[in-house]
This record gives sequence, structure tokens and C-alpha cells, in this order.
Amino acid sequence: MDKIKSLADLKKKREDLQAGLSLRERGDNMENLIQIKVAMATCGIASGAKQVMDFLIEDLDKKKVPAVVTQTGCMGYCYAEPTIEVKKPGQEPIVFGYVNVQKAEEIVEKYIRGNELVEGIIPVNYEKIEK
Amino acid sequence: MAHYKYHILCCGGTGCKSSQSGEIVKNLTQILAEKNLSNDVQVITTGCFGFCEKGPIVKILPDNTFYTQVKPEDAREIIEEHIIKGRKVGRLLYENPENKEHISDSKHMGFYKKQMRIALRNCGFINPENIDEYIARDGYAALAKVLEQNDPAATIEVIKKSGLRGRGGAGFPTGLKWELCRKNDADQKYMICNADEGDPGAFMDRSILEGDPHTLIEAMTIGGFCIGATKGLVYIRAEYPLAIHRLQVAIGQAREYGLLGKDIFGSGFDFDIELRYGAGAFVCGEETALIHSMEGKRGEPTFKPPFPAVEGYLKKPSNVNNVETFANIPVIINKGWEWFSSIGTEKSKGTKVFALAGQINNVGLIEVPMGITLREVIYEIGGGIKNGRKFKAVQTGGPSGGCLTEKFLDTPIDYENLIAAGSMMGSGGMIVMDETSCMVSVAKFYLEFTVEESCGKCSPCRIGNKRLHEILCKITEGKGTMEDLDELRNLAHVIKDTALCGLGQTSPNPVLSTIDNFWDEYVAHVVDKKCPAGQCKALKQYVIDPEKCKGCTACARNCPVGAIHGTVKMPHEIDQAVCIKCGTCIEKCKFNAISIK
Repeated sequence: MDKIKSLADLKKKREDLQAGLSLRERGDNMENLIQIKVAMATCGIASGAKQVMDFLIEDLDKKKVPAVVTQTGCMGYCYAEPTIEVKKPGQEPIVFGYVNVQKAEEIVEKYIRGNELVEGIIPVNYEKIEK
Repeated sequence: MAHYKYHILCCGGTGCKSSQSGEIVKNLTQILAEKNLSNDVQVITTGCFGFCEKGPIVKILPDNTFYTQVKPEDAREIIEEHIIKGRKVGRLLYENPENKEHISDSKHMGFYKKQMRIALRNCGFINPENIDEYIARDGYAALAKVLEQNDPAATIEVIKKSGLRGRGGAGFPTGLKWELCRKNDADQKYMICNADEGDPGAFMDRSILEGDPHTLIEAMTIGGFCIGATKGLVYIRAEYPLAIHRLQVAIGQAREYGLLGKDIFGSGFDFDIELRYGAGAFVCGEETALIHSMEGKRGEPTFKPPFPAVEGYLKKPSNVNNVETFANIPVIINKGWEWFSSIGTEKSKGTKVFALAGQINNVGLIEVPMGITLREVIYEIGGGIKNGRKFKAVQTGGPSGGCLTEKFLDTPIDYENLIAAGSMMGSGGMIVMDETSCMVSVAKFYLEFTVEESCGKCSPCRIGNKRLHEILCKITEGKGTMEDLDELRNLAHVIKDTALCGLGQTSPNPVLSTIDNFWDEYVAHVVDKKCPAGQCKALKQYVIDPEKCKGCTACARNCPVGAIHGTVKMPHEIDQAVCIKCGTCIEKCKFNAISIK
């Protein structure tokens, strides 16, 4: 193992290591981050949600976008699978349908990074029961 | 590097480990491998989460799901449901005791809402046996900063200004302690960590050592640099095997990285740490006794001065700080004294870790800002008294502290207020008692502890406490007199004034504070020969109500000492002289005819 010989060494090491812990740090601070939920029920997985989720995690990580990607159950839009829900801090969540890898990339580029809406939004057709 | 989608944190503190958390980790890892998910999900053994009441704890990130009382056989369901299907396992979620609703995110739990974690910042978050995770959380950055600045006096000034005081109990300002030791020139000085946690029910130091050992190493090195010591010693009790193991692993890793040893960060400063094992004597938490024990002598205190800062380990200037005190140091240096001193009350800054125990719903380890009230701790974090009973008292400060009653519930907790209320901060034990606790018995319990732990060097402590204990026994047996109560008070004051060390001087505190706060209860024992809480066996009387007794003879047949007499179908009677108060008759009676008076 290499010795840490200076403050610069330590800083470099810390930066390299932080990626390993960023998932935990983000989970601890979820309210202030972009949350993406990928519907991963049987229908979602069958239409490729797993690849989309893998892509999102890697792409966001590569572009250093502070986001938390989790999976969820069936959202009910089985006709439009794979579906993902994107929630920006302080905003209402938006659900996108027919999200393949290309679409996911477009969502990351345009909506998440550019705040510009893209095609494929499923309108809200339900009400949440607030306790 | 594997790109993990989930991290599963599993508590590996002593408490959860003894409830098979090691098995849970084993099962989780095995099932993940079986499902080909080992590259997607990382399982990490962490330190204590604090919520020991509901352990073992398993936390899943990034969605922050907090599972409680997990069993090894639940591992499969967690992976198949939560990880694979994305559905939370409802039955393992924490249930809000008020409305029975499930809470999945620990941030919304009453237990965590009011907490503020500085000393415990990494406990339950990182793998304590992995230095890389500590470094990723700004570990060793404070040390690097201090060494680069190369101005020990300035660092001591920062600690002084932060207002940090010793968390071992007495509350001596840490910066001042370092300064005093720094002023004494010597060829060798020692930075000592007191990890001899001895209060009954207290385990904050153990949790820090088990959950975040690197913070101690970093802080001791900073301290060593400030006072001019190149050697660090950790005095730890041998009965903390897991803490010792993790500390040894951490020291090994720090040496490999060159963070301990020669020329740390290329600054020319050398520092290394060794462990010294104690046999677990309460008195060895007193710094002079601790130093003697480390030298291989009997663990007996000596009179101060000379203070350890002048003449300590091997007659060299030494500085002794407690584990929790050290755990605050790196954060103060990283975030600045202004930040630290903005937390807490006027004279007590920062946070304090308490071990909540006793008749309270959420037993566990908590860290709260100074100045929080007892009511917030007991009712909001602690979830109130068990079984809906009434609060009676809370004991703080261990065997050296006292009992606080209802009237102190809204007093902000800090060093001064607790002393003014007749107790003390101590190392952070907090034992909550409900209406079924007998205060005379509580005082007796603590005296039993001090009698056992007294080193025997000075007579006030060795003989005086023994006499106090005898008088308390007499009272709980119903043989006490009013003169005994006066004697108790007098003797307690004499011990307080004349004992040699802190242990002896504070040992009568449980007696004095219970006499002051629960005088009526003492009088009831002595004059009415009754124990209001119904705890003192000798003062209980089992009585048969002749109206309700059907003469079924069930009690008489089951009484182990044959104390119950009567003829069939006629009311029976208990011979009080023979009765051993075992309670068998109450259990056997089908007509509720027997009661305790």
C-alpha cells in the first residue's frame, strides 16, 4: 500500500475514495437531490428497465449529477414501460414513459441538466391520498 | 470498480452482534452471490446505529430504509423483495408506537429527529475496519491541516475557543488541559486515552471505538502534536474484545498508510499508539489510578497535585482524555471553533452522547446538543416510559451522580445545571425509572457497586461506604429508624469531604440525592414499614381477602414453605412470620383473593 505523504496525497486519495461512499452520502441527503425511480416490476424488467437503470446510474455518475436512482414497483403504466419518475428538489415528480436507453440519455441531457421538458411525459391521472 | 446500486448497512456493534447480526451479513452475502448480485449490492458491517432497543438494525441505501429487529432468516426476503422487486418489507419497518404506522426512513423517527451526531458521526455509516471509508468522510484531513500549519499553540487555541470540555464526567476544558501539559518541558510526554468506561449501563466509548476507531487515532495524534508527545497510549478494558480488535485493525491500517509512525505527512512529526489493557476496575477511570495501572502497579489513585500534566505516566508529563472528547476534535478542526461553539449552552458547548437505559421505550445510544431538556430526551427521543407507566426519576452520572425528579424535566441539560440539580453529567449514563422503582433500593444498588469497586486505599471510602450500604440494607428490610436516616446523611457528608479521589468523594451522591428528592419514601420505609413502590421484599405483606377466598386450598397446596393455613371451603390465612414473599400464592389463586399490602 502506498503511504500518504502529504496533504495533497490525502486530498487525492479522498477524491478517489469518495465515489465509493457517494451512494450512502446521497441516501442520507435525499430531499435535496434529484430522485429518479425506475419501475422495475415484471413488465418493466421485461421491457428493459434494468438496462435503463444501469445506464442512468453510470451516466449520471459520469456527468457528476447529484442524483439518487432507486427502483420501485409497478407504477401502473404497463403499456408505456419502461417508465421512470424524476423528482427534482422542491418540484412535483414527472413520470416519463417508453424510456429506453436513448430516451434516458435525452431525459438526462434535456430535463435533468437543462430543465427543458421532453416528449413522453405521462400526465398525472391520479390523486395521492395525503394522510 | 464495481458500480453498486445498493448499499446494505448492517450493525456490527456488540449489542447487535450478540443478536446474530454477523449471521445476517453472512446470509445476505451468500444470497446475493447466489442471485448473481454481488456486483450490484454491497454489504457493509458498520458500528452502532444507537437504536439498540430494536436491534439488529439493517439499513438500505440510497432509499434510506431502516429495518429493525432483523433475523438471519429475513435476509432472503430483504433481497428478494426489496433489492430485486423494489418493495419494502413492511413487517420489518419501524412502527410508530403512537399511531402504529410504519416509518421507513430513519429521519422521520422520533428517536433520530432531535439527535445531532458529531462524536458518533461515522457510527452506523462507515465500515470501521476500512480506513478508506474514513478517509472518504474527511478522515485525517484535520490531522493534515494541523501538521501543515505547524503551530501547536494555535491549534490548542482553537480547541480552547471551541469550548470543548471533558466528556468523561468532570467537564474540565480540554484546550486548557492540553496547554498545561504543553508548558512542561520533558524528553518524553504521553498522550493517553481513557477508554476505561465503567459506569453501569454506559457504552458510548465502546460504540465509538467499535464504530469509528480512526477518529480516536486521528485525534490522539493531533493531541500528541499539540502537547509535544510522540507516544500515545489507549487504556482500554479487556472486557471490550470487539473494540480492542477494531482499534488494533485501525492502528495497523493507519501505520500502513503512514498516518502513524515516523514523519507523518512529511512533517517530521513522529507518533505511534499502543494499547494497554485494564482489568475493568471502576476506579481506574480516575486518571491517577489509570496511570498507575498502566505502569503495572495497583490501580489506586494518588493525591493531586502533582497533576498528570506535570508528573504522569512513568513520571513524565501526560495528558488523559476520554474517548468521546477525542471524537470531537477532528470535527472542531475541520469545521472551526465558531461552528462548534454555536451549539449548546453558554458554558457547555457541543453535543453529548448518552446511553439511555431503564424503563424507557427506546433504549439505546443518543447524541444530543447540550441544552436539550430531559423531557425531550425521555419523551421524544426515548419514546416515553414503558407500559404507559408514570415517570419517577432519572439517574444521571452513574454511581457518582444522582436522581433527578419530575421538577427537573424542563431543565436544559448541561454540566452546570445538572450539578445544581444535585446530579452530574458523568460519562453519560441515563437510567430512567418509573413508579415501580424503589428509590431506597436504587441508592442501595449504587452503593453495592461502589463498595465492590472501592480500591480500599482510604478509609472514608472503604469503611464509610460499607456502613452506608449496611444502613440502606437495614432500611429496606424494615428495621431502620429515624436516627438511621440522620446517620446516613451525616456519614455521606463526611465521606464526601474526606475521601481521597473522585470516586470516593462522589460515591454518596446517590444516597444524598435520593434522600433530598424522596424523603417521604425513606420515611415510609422507616416509620410505616412500607415500601411505596412495592419493591422491598421484606416490607411486602401478602394478605388473603376472606370475602373473596373460596377455600379452594390451591394456595396452601402450592406454598413452598407451608405458610398458608385454613380448612377446605373456608377462608385461608397467611402466617406472616413464615411467608417468604415468593408470590406463588398470587399466581395460583383463581379468585383474585390475594393482594400485596
